[in-house]
Amino acid sequence: MRKYLIRRFLNMIPTLILVSLIVFSILRLLPSDPVRILAGIDESGAIDPALYARIKSELGLDRPLIVQYASWMGGVMAGNWGKSYLTGMQVFPQIVERLKFTVQLGLAAWVFGVTLGISLGTISAIKRNSAADIAVTTFAISGVAIPHFWLGMLLIILFSVWLGWLPFGGFNANLLTSPGLWLRQMLLPTFVLGTGLAAILMRQTRAALLEVMREQYILTARSKGVEERWVILRHAMKNSLLPVVTVASLQFGTLIGGTVVTETVFTLPGVGKFVVDAVIQRDYLVVQMGLLVLTIGVMLSNFAADIIYTYLDPRIRYD
Amino acid sequence: MANPRGSAVEEINQADALTVSEFGTPLSAEAKSTAVSAGSGMGFRHTVREVMRMRMAKFAAIVLFATVIAAVFAPWLAPYDPTKSKPWDSLQAPSSKYWLGADRLGRDQLSRLIYGARISLIIGVAGVSMAVVMGVLIGVTAGWYGRFWDEVLMRFMDGLSAFPNLLLALALVAITGAAVYNIILVVGIVGTPWVARVIRSQVLSVREREFIMAVTGMGAPPWRIMLRHLIPNCMAPVIVQASLAVAGAILLEAGLSFLGVGVKPPTPTWGGMLRGAFETMDQAPWLTFSPGLAIFLVVLSFNFLGDALRDVLDPKLKGSRL
Repeated sequence: MRKYLIRRFLNMIPTLILVSLIVFSILRLLPSDPVRILAGIDESGAIDPALYARIKSELGLDRPLIVQYASWMGGVMAGNWGKSYLTGMQVFPQIVERLKFTVQLGLAAWVFGVTLGISLGTISAIKRNSAADIAVTTFAISGVAIPHFWLGMLLIILFSVWLGWLPFGGFNANLLTSPGLWLRQMLLPTFVLGTGLAAILMRQTRAALLEVMREQYILTARSKGVEERWVILRHAMKNSLLPVVTVASLQFGTLIGGTVVTETVFTLPGVGKFVVDAVIQRDYLVVQMGLLVLTIGVMLSNFAADIIYTYLDPRIRYD
Repeated sequence: MANPRGSAVEEINQADALTVSEFGTPLSAEAKSTAVSAGSGMGFRHTVREVMRMRMAKFAAIVLFATVIAAVFAPWLAPYDPTKSKPWDSLQAPSSKYWLGADRLGRDQLSRLIYGARISLIIGVAGVSMAVVMGVLIGVTAGWYGRFWDEVLMRFMDGLSAFPNLLLALALVAITGAAVYNIILVVGIVGTPWVARVIRSQVLSVREREFIMAVTGMGAPPWRIMLRHLIPNCMAPVIVQASLAVAGAILLEAGLSFLGVGVKPPTPTWGGMLRGAFETMDQAPWLTFSPGLAIFLVVLSFNFLGDALRDVLDPKLKGSRL
């Protein structure tokens, strides 16, 4: 298995390089010229060619592309991500700061989605074709079709505008020192981000459980006189949850992608909102690094999902 | 199915590979329920679900028909000019004059909703068509020529699909700008990897079949084999999935517009209307309801349509989504 994991890790490297190349070329393909922005002259105005050349060589933009890429990659790995063309602030600490929030939100939504999805899916499978099953199935079908930002807005209108129970958005709480405030501020974003995952896992759990319930060993357990709830909890769930857990861990990456919209709706200080603002303000270095960080995050979480899977299912051999 | 990422998880799901799509978004999960629910419901209970499915298909047909009518006949159906602002009517509540109210600039919400169907449908359908064209080109090249081209092209597809969809779209729109045809291109690029993967895996199996050997033996030129024999025999799973992909594309476009990087105002788009409504949410909450509901219903309908198509064209997967 170690061999498999090493191979799986090595397999990730070409994709990583490719991702970094794509991200690098995005900045080169952009319609605006950072040198002009830094030289402080508007696009139509005349530019002092000496100043232009000086800034260009300071940024290293006069070197061959391959050299630029290599030095960019070197900088990225060393944590030297350059300064925002717009604010002049170092990009690395800003992104790290926002990443702390995005990871919190992602984890909270993941836990919420997994819990809700598996429990509702189980109910739906046990009470097959009942009203509860139809309700859960409807929720699951709607959950994948509803735009996250709309769901977020509806919840804000209901809980903040009409009922006044929860804040409009924003985040300044600390889970450890002010857990109450943290909960109030994270409740709606977590719900919005986790709903899609819950919808997927519901179907998955329902289907997996229904399949397992037809196995012979369930019949055996029942005829031995095992109570139905233990048949389900101890015998059926154990085997049906494996694929569910796998999908759940793979979906963590999708959640990270979904933070972009959720953070914008609730005005949250995460990487996603940072990137969106940067796109609108044309702060392309931030766009570039945010894109790179979130994408690598997704890749790493998928890799982690694979590791979890290999530990969970000893029946599968990887050689 | 090819497993270029070498992932164990993907390996065990090979059988489902064809049903996994919608721009790489969450739907992959329920695909796995495929073999399960098929044949598991018998007798009366089975019929209950059958009836529900039929209702869903009817529902989808009605919603999509209405949307297409709205898009095509917008100038005749819309009571007002959707882009004309009347500041004195700013944030009007729904009334007999403005059925769904008026937005911050005093533009009629209903008219904007009707015109908004155009952008959603055009970008959804054209974006997916673009993805299919590019995906077929790449997938056929990779699958047919193999080796070097396979490695290069599919690695590139892996790289593209490693990005979260919306983020990739954001970055690409920053490059291309926000004109309608650019958004179509971006939606197409984001959707290309899944088409390419599906087509490539189909090509790998179809090219081993006897009739391909036969036409090769008869001396047909490669382009003719591909166009006349190979591609038509590889398209079924893509066609089945295209409807689901349109749903994903419409969501993606709405997301871009909502974030403020989609088709530029004053062109009415549902996502853009929601962005406007978002800013005035505390004063005019009713403005958020109609555009969101429109997106939701259309996306839902394309999903239902996709299911129905799959049942008809690919009966093996019947009942996979309910």
